[in-house]
Amino acid sequence: MINKQVSSPAEALADVFDGAVVMVSGFGEAGSPIELIHALIDQGARELTVVSNNCGSGEVGLAALLKAGRVRKVVCSFPRTANSTVFPDLYHSGKIELELVPQGTLAERIRAGGAGIPAFYTPAAVGTPLAEGKESRDFDGKTYLMERGLKADFALIKGKAADNHGNVIYNKTARNFGPIMAMGSKTAIVQVEEVVSAGEIDPEVVVSPGIFVDRVVEVAQPAHESELVAAGVSYP
Amino acid sequence: MTQQVEQIGRTREEMAQRLAQDIPNGSYVNLGIGIPELVARFVPEGRTLIYHTENGLLGMGPSPEEGEGDPELINAGKRHVTANPGAAFFHHADSFSMIRGGHIDLCVLGAMQVSQHGDLANWSTGAPDSIPAVGGAMDLCAGVKSVYVITQHTTKQGEPKLVERCTYPLTGVGVITRVYTDLAVIDVTPEGFKVAELSPGVDYDYVQQRTGAPLIPHNA
Repeated sequence: MINKQVSSPAEALADVFDGAVVMVSGFGEAGSPIELIHALIDQGARELTVVSNNCGSGEVGLAALLKAGRVRKVVCSFPRTANSTVFPDLYHSGKIELELVPQGTLAERIRAGGAGIPAFYTPAAVGTPLAEGKESRDFDGKTYLMERGLKADFALIKGKAADNHGNVIYNKTARNFGPIMAMGSKTAIVQVEEVVSAGEIDPEVVVSPGIFVDRVVEVAQPAHESELVAAGVSYP
Repeated sequence: MTQQVEQIGRTREEMAQRLAQDIPNGSYVNLGIGIPELVARFVPEGRTLIYHTENGLLGMGPSPEEGEGDPELINAGKRHVTANPGAAFFHHADSFSMIRGGHIDLCVLGAMQVSQHGDLANWSTGAPDSIPAVGGAMDLCAGVKSVYVITQHTTKQGEPKLVERCTYPLTGVGVITRVYTDLAVIDVTPEGFKVAELSPGVDYDYVQQRTGAPLIPHNA
């Protein structure tokens, strides 16, 4: 019998090691797995490389992980936010490395990593500062840049519901990076509001097939980043 | 003492309304953050446009009533939106396949600078103390069939945004075909900037004085 459900975020994250590459889902607060991130802060792993579209807001979730000094490098498309000084402070003081990646290139690098594609060519960023140092090649008279697939040791993902085989469905625009990060990581950990038995999710609506998902953990009422920030919460 | 500031050229809303007239019925459209977002308010009667937001929604609808927003239903500017009947959600790699794969008909972006060759700079001033953040603009420039810019003609300090050569870091090279400003609608042609239309009450010399590159008159 397959049962990918684990009892708590802490149990789900117990084996995250120092120096791990960790993908974190979310676009702004939508799809950000706050409870998993907070459990990772409690767990204590350091020198992490985080792959995520943004760098969090306020002093909760991803911003709190950064503030706790656990992250050596971020691979990110848009680290700037209106209401957080955590990333700017770390960046200006040279305490964090930034690999800035166009958003579509970031998504495709993650997808490629999970799909067994070591590199690909994209037209995005040709002729811009982000093309510096990259291999380029012309196809059919147009120039493209070579980009490498991205793989992670762990992915922290927020879904809506999962079954115990690891099949996951998402909620609206909170889907964003979740499905590709599940593919692109060795160990994909998904927090969902409800874990159900195999058979209770219609196979026609499964978004992340269970083969990409290693652990599911129930967080029945996940916090929303904007509400925590508005309430002035600072984690831990 | 209150002073009436005279509006010269189009307001932001009027710029958005003017641009919306030029979008064909049935187009798939991606709107950038800022003035581009206003375009959605002014779709002409009888036309249906399908809005794409790169964080995973096709068929984006208007903002919900205050207090009705869902934190998991947002646009690329991270503001609450709604999903229209016929909408679809998808993950980021699919979303950027729509963009890079040439499936989106039109993208409307804001600008810091546009060059007479259609180069766009809109993500960084290159200042050493700024936090670099690029988002999806480079992918949109590289893959969408037509990329329009909507922007004030000059910066708040009065510096031209339409220039011979961008001095800020580029977002895309030779990608912009049309620019809608408060003062004019301007095409980017192989010969350079060409006035397609002056805003009501604005004359050619006024626009040329505020443009950092030669401007071919409308009738030339």
